[in-house]
Amino acid sequence: MPATPGVNQPGATDSGAIRNFCIIAHIDHGKSTLADRMLQLTEVVDPRQMRAQYLDRMDIERERGITIKSQAVRMPWTIREGERAGDGAVLNMIDTPGHVDFTYEVSRSLAACEGAVLLVDAAQGIEAQTLANLYLAMENDLTIIPVLNKIDLPAAQPEKYAEELANLVGCLPEEVLKVSGKTGVGVPHLLDEIVRRLPAPVGDAQAPARAMIFDSVYDIYRGVVTYVRVVDGHISARDRIKMMSTGAVHELLELGVISPEPVKSGALGVGEVGYLITGVKDVRQSRVGDTVTINTRPAAESLGGYKDPKPMVYSGLYPIDGSDYPDLREALDKLKLNDAALVYEPESSAALGFGFRCGFLGLLHLEIIQERLEREFGLDLIATAPNVVYRVVMDDGKEVVVTNPSEYPVGKVAEVYEPTARVTVLAPNDYVGTIMELCQGRRGVLLGMDYLSADRVELRYTLPLGEIIFDFFDQLKSRTKGYASLDYEPAGEQAAELVKVDILLQGETVDAFSAIVHKDKAYNYGTTIAAKLQKLIPRQQFEVPIQAAIGSRIIARETIRAIRKDVLAKCYGGDISRKRKLLEKQKEGKKRMKMVGRVEVPQEAFIAALSTSDSAGDAGKSKK
Amino acid sequence: MPATLPDGEPMPPTGELPGSALDGAADRPFGVYLHVPFCASRCGYCDFNTYTPTESGLDQTDYVTAALAEIAFARRVLGTDRPVRTVFVGGGTPTLLPPGDLARLLAAIDDAWGLAPDAEVTTEANPESVNPASLKTLREAGFTRISLGMQSTAPHVLRLLERRHTPGRAAEAAQEARAAGFEHVNLDLIYGTPGETAADFDRSLAAAVAAGVDHVSAYSLIVEEGTRLAGRVRRGEVPMPSDDVAADRYLAAETALDAAGLHWYEVSNWAADDAARCAHNLLYWTGGDWWGIGPGAHSHVGGVRWWNVKRPAHYAKLIAEGVSPGAGRELLTGEDRYVEDVMLRLRLASGIALADLRDGGPPAARTALADGLLDPHEYAAGRAVLTLRGRLLADAVIRDLLT
Ligand SMILES: Nc1nc2c(ncn2[C@@H]2O[C@H](COP(=O)(O)OP(=O)(O)OP(=O)(O)O)[C@@H](O)[C@H]2O)c(=O)[nH]1
Ligand SMILES: C[S@@+](CC[C@H](N)C(=O)[O-])C[C@H]1O[C@@H](n2cnc3c(N)ncnc32)[C@H](O)[C@@H]1O
Ligand code: SF4
Ligand SMILES: [Mg+2]
Repeated sequence: MPATPGVNQPGATDSGAIRNFCIIAHIDHGKSTLADRMLQLTEVVDPRQMRAQYLDRMDIERERGITIKSQAVRMPWTIREGERAGDGAVLNMIDTPGHVDFTYEVSRSLAACEGAVLLVDAAQGIEAQTLANLYLAMENDLTIIPVLNKIDLPAAQPEKYAEELANLVGCLPEEVLKVSGKTGVGVPHLLDEIVRRLPAPVGDAQAPARAMIFDSVYDIYRGVVTYVRVVDGHISARDRIKMMSTGAVHELLELGVISPEPVKSGALGVGEVGYLITGVKDVRQSRVGDTVTINTRPAAESLGGYKDPKPMVYSGLYPIDGSDYPDLREALDKLKLNDAALVYEPESSAALGFGFRCGFLGLLHLEIIQERLEREFGLDLIATAPNVVYRVVMDDGKEVVVTNPSEYPVGKVAEVYEPTARVTVLAPNDYVGTIMELCQGRRGVLLGMDYLSADRVELRYTLPLGEIIFDFFDQLKSRTKGYASLDYEPAGEQAAELVKVDILLQGETVDAFSAIVHKDKAYNYGTTIAAKLQKLIPRQQFEVPIQAAIGSRIIARETIRAIRKDVLAKCYGGDISRKRKLLEKQKEGKKRMKMVGRVEVPQEAFIAALSTSDSAGDAGKSKK
Repeated sequence: MPATLPDGEPMPPTGELPGSALDGAADRPFGVYLHVPFCASRCGYCDFNTYTPTESGLDQTDYVTAALAEIAFARRVLGTDRPVRTVFVGGGTPTLLPPGDLARLLAAIDDAWGLAPDAEVTTEANPESVNPASLKTLREAGFTRISLGMQSTAPHVLRLLERRHTPGRAAEAAQEARAAGFEHVNLDLIYGTPGETAADFDRSLAAAVAAGVDHVSAYSLIVEEGTRLAGRVRRGEVPMPSDDVAADRYLAAETALDAAGLHWYEVSNWAADDAARCAHNLLYWTGGDWWGIGPGAHSHVGGVRWWNVKRPAHYAKLIAEGVSPGAGRELLTGEDRYVEDVMLRLRLASGIALADLRDGGPPAARTALADGLLDPHEYAAGRAVLTLRGRLLADAVIRDLLT
């Protein structure tokens, strides 16, 4: 019973019948799977086209089994049971990502909604991103529907977690809905409750049109596709629209809703969520957070925008083949179109050539961008070790913002500031000791500790951001047998005793290896990198000393012994072609070497030495 | 001949050469290589194109017939009369064939082109596959030089290498060869075998010297893909030979051989004098022409390199049909020839003229000189010639000269 005839008509839908909501949860608690059931129950997807996590459309999302981009879908629904049974409604559902790096995606989805389905895995209970996303939803004044998912699991404890969840959102345990995204149990009731519990959008249908841009995506076939939520008024396909921040006016080529494929429509009215295409090729002309109005009858005031996401970590991306530099620029420009959080500017490295210093929301974001650049644009890249941003104040009062450690200023440094993060760790109380030990070792300051239930603890810390972006989550996971979850958000900066460690090959600094670290960790960093390089760099015709230094003080040293034999001393008879081809292959290999002074360093050595051993893709995940 | 063949363009069935390949052919030295693809058993390290009697799919008489047919085929393709300056019968183990067969094959080569009066005629031989009588027959048939695979005198090394002969047999065979009238005798040594000590190798060198030969080849053991040795190394049963050890052994070889009056003339080869040097190999290294007869044999004529199919039975079938047994060929460009020239000549004691170096070559030569890899006297005289340390880093110097 998906639709009531007449209700689901974009541009002519009574705003009282519209419900805009997003599904928010900790990573892997089953948002996309629940969305699948909704797509099926509302019959917007042809059963033959259905596949698991239908809305995870990108290859990289499907391979990793995680959502990276939010997806909005319009679905018709008629209340099946109970009060108001038979009432028709139009639901705009947004499936959001759960990983901490993509909190920004969640925030802008929230701004297009009146309500949120807060999903919790009934076998896991509340986790760090459950809290983080709930707080975000509350800040946006959304109505929350608490839902336990995966009740089909033998390990599910719906009663226990219903209580926990009710405590958290401030409702009665009976008000917590129970579903299984896998079997579909409880999902029709959930849809009924969404219509009953969530408020309809309010807006002035007669006022000048105002629509909030909450996403903007570049599509190679259609150009820039802009996703909007209409707040006031009405946009019709014949209108010329105006971007309120720039005043730029565009012809509308297409207007429509996503259901879950694009469906053209004549108009969009109050409360509706849809897309528009103007033919502009540059997403920057269609900025997320901007307000769209109509040129002939423009609104006076724009809607409140979004804060631009601030990159938390930086890394240099360099093409392995220097001649790919223009392609890398073009590829970054294209990705940027869909990803406001990605920032980059050209930089050059003596060791790596020309590349870009790129800012990311976190390590998973970095990893995904690098993978997309390599996969979708066929580039071979080296990424330098990620770092956070430092603010250096010199004795003369001059200030330098350092996003690349090799640009750390020389001269008298008065003070160095590092970014900090407010960290929330949720774990069974058995692990409190070991978590505290870990946080203390990372210069953490305990802010507080709360029991969510008899055996579940929330620990709050301030930690230097630089201490958590690398292997912190790995460490946390292994020390808590996977039971801890982690969330963090930026929390300003603090002065710290930081030093820059340089790595020298045969006396020459290799800029790509310079790092800014706390003075107590400098020695450790120096010896680790020097030892790694000693193994990774092939022996040369001469001895190569590897040194780690703070300024002119050497803190660690390794030596690569000179190679003594590099000659094929075998009887090879008349097969000279093979020998020549072997030589040519070696010459090719030599070309792929990066020269540091006279030292030939293979690309692989850079890649391996710069790789942090942990896999960022797991950050924020908890044990299954 | 290593086991895998290079990639190249297809060989025309007629074996016909582009006209340019034969231009001025009469003025270039010409040799014949004859590949005998049989061994009594395969040594664990060896990836040469050779087969035990059960593997080959071709019996020895049919092989001889096929090789005789290819000699005739070669004569037709080359057309012009060209005295053969060098003949090299290699393997495999040529001396698995009855000496009479080797004699017939040599006679066929002589009939086809005519041997030059002072031609060098070498056969490889395994120590256990010759005796005074067979050596005498070979010498009388016109062979002037014999090259014996000694490898080592250390029993545990021979065992690891899976050699069939006793430690003393190679030196003994060398003496028998000299007694049979061979003026030029070579012994092959392999160094760097896992488990071989410095003293083991010193003793092998001393035994080679004591055998009174006028030529020694000393090769560093290479673990070739697909060999039994490679399998054992992969499984961790045998350690990978170390390059540092190989460098030490090489220096030991240079010291012992030079002291015995055998002087290096190529990275892996030492000879008593000019006449003792292997003229056939020098022809390979200086861009000469030769036709390679037999399965998997490589040839070069005037800038065309080609190689025969590897499987003996396949080879015999093609040649019986009057079709070229060539599996592929390569027409060298000017650049290819230059690369080969630097690659091969720099390994020789005669080196390469500095004036012949192109592009980045001259500055690279200056760097190599400064690094002690090129001989300063030779450099002053206009030649790039490797020093002892340079010989050990020859591949690196070659890569540098070619950048
Ligand atoms: N047994 C069971 N498994 C479920 C249920 N819902 C989801 N899953 C499984 O949980 C895993 C995560 O599901 P997703 O739907 O991708 O989770 P998500 O919340 O969208 O994850 P992110 O987008 O990465 O945050 C998948 O393996 C699903 O098959 C359920 O109701 N029962
Ligand atoms: C063409 S082989 C044949 C010689 C002959 N069948 C014999 O083994 O006595 C010539 C020489 O190459 C050397 N050789 C073969 N395989 C080798 C390897 N894997 N590493 C180093 N030298 C090798 C051996 O010294 C061998 O004597
Ligand atoms: S005898 Fe010579 S050719 Fe035959 S397998 Fe042994 S090394 Fe190779
Ligand atoms: Mg998902």
